Amino acid sequence: MSTVPWLTILLIVPTVGSLVVGLLPRARAELAKRLALTVAVAELVLAVLMAVSFHDSRPGFQFSQHYNWIKAFGISYSVGVDGIALALILLSVVLVPVVVLSSWHEADEADRNVPVFFALILSLETFMIGTFAATDVFLFYVFFEAMLIPVYFLIGSYGPTGEQAQRSYTAVKFLIYNLVGGLVMLAAVIGLYVVSAQNLRHGTFDFAQLRQLNITPGVQKLLFAGFFLAFAIKAPLWPFHTWLPDAGAQSPTGGAVLLVGVLDKVGTFGLIRYCIPLFPKATTWFAPLVLAMAVVGIFYGALLAIGQRDMKRLVAYTSLAHFGFIALGTFALTSQAGTGAVLYMINHGLSTGLLFIVVGFMVSRRESRDISAYGGMAKVTPVLAGVFLIAGLSSLSLPGLNSFPSEFLVLVGTFTRYRALAIVATAGIVLAAIYILYLYQRTMTGPLAEGIRAGVGDLSVREKVVVAPVVALIIALGIYPKPMIDMIRPAVTSTFADIGHSDPAPTSPAAAPQGVHK
Amino acid sequence: MSVVISAAGSGAGPVVAAAATTIDTPSIQYLQLSPVLIVFGVAMAGVLVEAFLPERARQLVQPLLTGGGFIAAFVAVCLLHAHRGVLAAGAVAIDGPTLFMSGTILVFAALSVLLVAERKLDSAGGTLVADASVVPGASGARALRNARGMQTEAYPLMAFSVAGMMLFVASNTLLVMFIALEILSLPLYLLAGLARRRRLLSQEAAVKYFLLGAFSSAFFLYGLALIYGFAGSVELGRIADAANTVGRHDTYLYLGMALLAVGLLFKIGAAPFHSWTPDVYQGAPTPVTAFMAAGTKVAAFGALLRVFYVAFGGLRWDWRPIMWAVAILTMVVGAVIAITQRDVKRLIGYSAVAHAGFILVGVAAANTEGLSGTMFYLVAYGFTTIAALAVVTLVRTGDGEASDLARWQGLGKQKPLLAGSFAFLLLSMAGIPLTAGFIGKFSVFEAGIAGNAVPLVVVAVLTSAIAAFFYVRVIVLMFFSEPTGERPVVVTGSTLTYATVGIGTVMTLLLGVAPQPLLDLANHAAASGFVR
Repeated sequence: MSTVPWLTILLIVPTVGSLVVGLLPRARAELAKRLALTVAVAELVLAVLMAVSFHDSRPGFQFSQHYNWIKAFGISYSVGVDGIALALILLSVVLVPVVVLSSWHEADEADRNVPVFFALILSLETFMIGTFAATDVFLFYVFFEAMLIPVYFLIGSYGPTGEQAQRSYTAVKFLIYNLVGGLVMLAAVIGLYVVSAQNLRHGTFDFAQLRQLNITPGVQKLLFAGFFLAFAIKAPLWPFHTWLPDAGAQSPTGGAVLLVGVLDKVGTFGLIRYCIPLFPKATTWFAPLVLAMAVVGIFYGALLAIGQRDMKRLVAYTSLAHFGFIALGTFALTSQAGTGAVLYMINHGLSTGLLFIVVGFMVSRRESRDISAYGGMAKVTPVLAGVFLIAGLSSLSLPGLNSFPSEFLVLVGTFTRYRALAIVATAGIVLAAIYILYLYQRTMTGPLAEGIRAGVGDLSVREKVVVAPVVALIIALGIYPKPMIDMIRPAVTSTFADIGHSDPAPTSPAAAPQGVHK
Repeated sequence: MSVVISAAGSGAGPVVAAAATTIDTPSIQYLQLSPVLIVFGVAMAGVLVEAFLPERARQLVQPLLTGGGFIAAFVAVCLLHAHRGVLAAGAVAIDGPTLFMSGTILVFAALSVLLVAERKLDSAGGTLVADASVVPGASGARALRNARGMQTEAYPLMAFSVAGMMLFVASNTLLVMFIALEILSLPLYLLAGLARRRRLLSQEAAVKYFLLGAFSSAFFLYGLALIYGFAGSVELGRIADAANTVGRHDTYLYLGMALLAVGLLFKIGAAPFHSWTPDVYQGAPTPVTAFMAAGTKVAAFGALLRVFYVAFGGLRWDWRPIMWAVAILTMVVGAVIAITQRDVKRLIGYSAVAHAGFILVGVAAANTEGLSGTMFYLVAYGFTTIAALAVVTLVRTGDGEASDLARWQGLGKQKPLLAGSFAFLLLSMAGIPLTAGFIGKFSVFEAGIAGNAVPLVVVAVLTSAIAAFFYVRVIVLMFFSEPTGERPVVVTGSTLTYATVGIGTVMTLLLGVAPQPLLDLANHAAASGFVR
């Protein structure tokens, strides 16, 4: 049992880093970049050290800390992680240095303030880790809402140059959309507090205590709806997704990676951490609705992705489809599907993150997000094309790459309970193949598009360093996902077991996938 | 304790006859009344200073005298913190809420003095006119723009107004409350007309404020009369007793209650009695706007809470639906109309209306949490608003303040620190976590849900989102837009104003991150409740 306050350290390092970097004068751009990268890498090292001392088999939260913050409302600074939270924290700390390095020249153009750009990314890292690590609902809410501010400025101030009006519009749309969800959740958070005050005689926001509450079904439904709306907007699930394509297209590449790769996971994480264990009766009641939304999302996202002309919007729509799978797995309420869903969150972060990065590289070479501006890129930039293909194949869940085990687990887990839904959702995989391969075909193969040859170079050393770790993880997790599954599975199982959803017995031994059912 | 009035009220129902043969002079507890007395004394002294000192000396002496007086009175409030009781023959109550709100009013007043005393905004000095009696268009009106003087009467006027506010929140009888209402309002009507630039707009604001204010005072007075007719007393406690009995004169009670509510809701700026707010906020000199926005709001909510929690506490099932309706209307009107505003002061005016609605959620909760939540919100809102308006005085063009929002475009690139703190203040008003505004919203919403006002809170969170839209729009203008046309000048040498911005911003952050001490104070003040 270590007494190192890992999570607090993880929260402080990027905060301090962000303040220091942000206060650097504009002229010291180069120093700001290096400092930001150092902080991000240090954070990664710290997080890995923490993960090493994490015990997979121990139930409940680890590395817990608890200090009173606002006593009058029973609010505390409480942090702790289970397997799910740890996995997502690892995803965040892996992606941030990648993003910092890939955004090296992102803010150089125009007269943009480079130190502030990297300060925003680091502060975003603090808030992301905070949302995953918080075990106090109020603290979670604070991080959840505060996260909007850096993203808002990332989009508004550092989005594509020359699209002034669209990016302010997008920044405001993003903020208002998420704020509406957040504020409705605030009402539910307060409601939960009032219920706890009535049940326990003292109000609390402590997650462990709130879990013990016995809330009447009617109240559960209301509170569930409040939380769910916020998470469904954040994730986003169909039909609350309309901010996502805009935000994906108008963010700077680094912002888009973090936004879709990690931030949106806060929504799906919220579903499995808060909605399901806190409101079990409401979960059962709402599950069919959520499942329906998930399946619609899978198809809606995939179909719209096929029709996109803007590459970043296309990637954003593919994410909508993937969030459908994640929600499907979460609300099938079997430990297989749940584990698959959490694993999917990680894998989607990696594969979509890589897709956004590669698209960003392409855009930086051609100054266009339009698919029709590309063609035959594989001939002049073979490495870029190769990475693009790997990212794409990962996104369509090719066996051997990371997304396959997670998608498989989601579908198998769903099948044991909702056969029809699983069968229908499987068709989504076919659509995934269409949107990815069609995109690849139009941009990378065929005759060279006009104006491509002039000055288009393949990946630079910096860019190779950026993609290498992500590609390595994509392949490694595809071949050997067991460490991740071992980390995630106990937390998921205990979440579902607590609310009385044990897995249905497999109908035939063959239905049990190897490596998961031991 | 009370003399004539209690003799009249002791019979069953309204008996008017009983005449008192001797009049005992009530004992006055000067010590407990000292905060109000200090401020009154300072106001009187200020008038004498006006009479006997030359202009140049007045500009130095007045702010020191007034500011010092406010601080002394604040210290007196702090020393009295443990006192509870009814003073001066039942006229004034000293209790937790009184002390909390008096202290709050004094702090905001002292901050406003800093803004009024600012003499380094442009070549002619501060924001107040040198000679208010010169009619626009008359000879010499143009010269006023650059005249170095100012009407230093503003300081005693502020002191009178503050004394009125403190009495307003402390009054235990409706009659004293009415007198306090007039004492606090009349100086404000004058102050609103003192702007150095845009004289016409300022005078229009003063006249409009005066006419509507007088009208609402009349409502209040009529309500008072009807309540007296019902209860036979103007003491809040006796009204409560009378209201709990079943009688034939309930019509008077309800009519009187409604008319009193109109008078008080007008001062708060709640819809549908809000129409003066944007005009007066825009026309008044900005320091006066800050003083009004922060101070008057505290005073008016203090009086509203006292009347409705003490005198009509037993009737809460009757007035809560009305408060719900007013709160919803106020929030929606304030938030929706603010979206279309192009002038930053009008924007803050409509945002004040919306905030009045949010605070009314705490009032409508009708429980102790509501009381403490309302008090916390008022403090948080006051600091934020004063600081925001202080920023407004700093951003200027050749024609005075650059109040047109279009002029604020690109300010973030020009002055990142100032624009950053303004953005932070706006985020606080929007209720983003880690700001005072968020904790304030949280506490009134918590009170609302605890008081079974869930639908009201849901409306409140949705209007918060609407309100966020226009705050964010200003941030968009400042940070994401390129400057166009004539750039505003940001004044740099104004130490007092910058100090105010600094204090307000730091308090907004502190109350957002570590609100515990103030929450404790508010809870403590609310727990002992109102004395009667």
